[in-house]
Amino acid sequence: MIECEDLSKKYNGDFWAVDGVSLGVQPGEILALLGQNGAGKTTTVRMLTALISPTRGWARVAGYDVVKQPQAVRANVGVLTEQHGLYMRMTGAEYLEFFGKVYGLDAGTRRQRTEYLLDYFGLAEAARRRSGEYSKGMKQKLALARALIHDPSVLLLDEPTSAMDPESAQLVRNEIARLRSSKRTIIICTHNLAEAEALADTIAIIYRGRILLNGSLDELKRRVLGPVEYEARFSEPFDAGGLELPAGAELAYCSATSLRFRVEAPLAVNPKIVHALTLCKAPLVSFQEVSRKLEQVYLKTMADAQGAAYAA
Amino acid sequence: MRRNWEAIWLVARREFIDQFRDWRIIVPMTLLVTVFPFIADDTTRQAIGFMNRFGGDLILDNLIPFVILVIGFFPLSFTLVVALEAFVGEKERGTIEPLLSSPLEDRHLYLGKLLVGIVTPLVFSYLSIGIYLFLVSRRDVAFPSPYMLVLILLLTFAHAVLMVSSAIVISVQATTIRSANLMASFVVVPVAFMLQGETILIFWGNEDVLWYAILAVTLLAILLVRLGLAHFKREYLLGREIDMLNFKNMYRVFRDRFTGGAKSLPDWYRWAIPATLRQLRYPLIIVFSLGLIAIFASYAWVMFNIPAYVELSPERLDDFRLLVRDNLVNLDGLDRQIPAPFLFFYNARTTLVFLLMGLVSFGTLGLVLFIANFALVGGVLGAASLVGFSPFLTFAAGILPHGVFELTAVILATAATYRVGVLLVSPDTDRSLGETLLLSLADWFKVFIGVVIPLLAIAAVIEIYLTPILLKMVFPFL
Repeated sequence: MIECEDLSKKYNGDFWAVDGVSLGVQPGEILALLGQNGAGKTTTVRMLTALISPTRGWARVAGYDVVKQPQAVRANVGVLTEQHGLYMRMTGAEYLEFFGKVYGLDAGTRRQRTEYLLDYFGLAEAARRRSGEYSKGMKQKLALARALIHDPSVLLLDEPTSAMDPESAQLVRNEIARLRSSKRTIIICTHNLAEAEALADTIAIIYRGRILLNGSLDELKRRVLGPVEYEARFSEPFDAGGLELPAGAELAYCSATSLRFRVEAPLAVNPKIVHALTLCKAPLVSFQEVSRKLEQVYLKTMADAQGAAYAA
Repeated sequence: MRRNWEAIWLVARREFIDQFRDWRIIVPMTLLVTVFPFIADDTTRQAIGFMNRFGGDLILDNLIPFVILVIGFFPLSFTLVVALEAFVGEKERGTIEPLLSSPLEDRHLYLGKLLVGIVTPLVFSYLSIGIYLFLVSRRDVAFPSPYMLVLILLLTFAHAVLMVSSAIVISVQATTIRSANLMASFVVVPVAFMLQGETILIFWGNEDVLWYAILAVTLLAILLVRLGLAHFKREYLLGREIDMLNFKNMYRVFRDRFTGGAKSLPDWYRWAIPATLRQLRYPLIIVFSLGLIAIFASYAWVMFNIPAYVELSPERLDDFRLLVRDNLVNLDGLDRQIPAPFLFFYNARTTLVFLLMGLVSFGTLGLVLFIANFALVGGVLGAASLVGFSPFLTFAAGILPHGVFELTAVILATAATYRVGVLLVSPDTDRSLGETLLLSLADWFKVFIGVVIPLLAIAAVIEIYLTPILLKMVFPFL
């Protein structure tokens, strides 16, 4: 479990890299931390890993206080850093063996975990090769294996699938999903919005050290893009002039062969819309939710934040 | 304990493996280490041939120990790169963060790196010395005594610890390998100077004095390791990406500490100065005690040892008294010979030298200079006593009137210097090394400007205008 309140970090006397971040991630939950480069994602993760101490606020990770019990925090967290951080003259197996020792695993567990992870990530054949000879994707996979070597209860992953081919990226996403189902607490920092959308239960958008938005994807969509929209498509041009919309529905867009409705309570209102369309003898082909991407939420949030910052 | 050692060895072992797999480190080091003894051997042979023509026995006897010392130093200087990039190298290669994110403790990381940094140069250094000794053993020259060899090997060890511990501190503080390598001169050059001093000791021919050199170098090395450990923070390895000096912030930190929040000079004297002086109470006790010990020890040494070297017959004592009288006669125009402002400036400058020496030695050289000064006072009193003057009267008339101010000022300045050193080597989780240095310097200057300078000014006036009169009043029989 990860919880933090008012977590802040000031650098060089006057620069707040992170300012008042409050988050909560439960076991079995994935939070995606999104933001531009330099927004404060890495600093936040470093504070949660007890690598740097907060200037203000507190955080508990895996049940330990990051300031008072940094050792225990680090022992229970698996970290995938922004750079893979491999020792190029060590073989893949040696590297995992080394970190297994660092995390205090006994020889048997170390060997078992090393073999399992090398095999899982398709690195078994390259296990005796120096990691300097690995491709970018292989390096990333080895780094992820390192983060998992001690089977941590909390995972902090910075760009987990960057530089990976689609198959490998899918493999990593599957592993992350599997870890979630085994009640791990996971934070992912990523620029890959599709990945965040696919994996995350909660999304937090950080800008200039402050959390602008934090919530489930549906919640964020509703808050940023407004109520959910539904689209009715017709087989031939339809004049919506005589259509009487039920309360709670609002016409958002109109064309000859489609109509879009903004609906606050779809469960109650959508059947009434369909009923109204049927009464008007509309040549209805389909009635479905308009798909809205996380990308739209993110870009709109950033545009608003930048606009506000510029105005200030 | 065992777990700590295992963790340190884990860090060190990985680094050893990494180094020994890099031919770009191993090949040049091996070449330099093996080639240099042959060059040194040939140079020694030619030097011995040259000396034999002129009969320079003292130099001949000590030439080989000197060359061993130099041969030991060379590998230390070029393998320093291992220690210099211990942390900053990993940072630049991006490998440091996974290591720092692990449950290894700060001291495991630091001591593991230190171990590699020390063992690597020492292995090459002793290997080089070994090759040279083998070459020497095949020549018809005096082989150094085992005692001298042990001393030189210990001295080389102390050099290695000193250089590597400094290099590791640099490696933690630097943000790029380039800046760390540039700063290496601050390690190599002082140790090279130190080596020259030790060479003088070797050629001087008194082997036992080398023990003092070994002790001094070891003490400095231990203090550097302590400083490194005290200020090693994971945060600083990750927090700073570029070398950036925020002069505004530095000025603000220094000013706030220096003024202590006082808005006016009376406030500064009422609140800020006493608060800093209170922090100096333990250093003051230590410095004052050391001063007393120095005075009494030096007095006793003069009383017991001088009569053994100098004949103190009644005629000789009369000569000494006449000499003192002549000097006291000259005291009449002392203010023209040494103006009070000059004396004040000289004393203030000496106090600043205490600080500078203290800064490069974590307070120890400042203390040594202080002890030497107080020992001089004891020596003068002992000499006065031997000549037949009362040491109490000499002290009361010749030292005490201005000494009340001057000695107090020197004790305060030394205590403040000592505290700078102590703060530098004390763990402080909230502050960086630079911040600690800045704050302790602000405290030092607060004491210096607020108390020491006024006291030295008063002391200078008394010493020039009042002390000569008092001396002449106390010793009218002269």
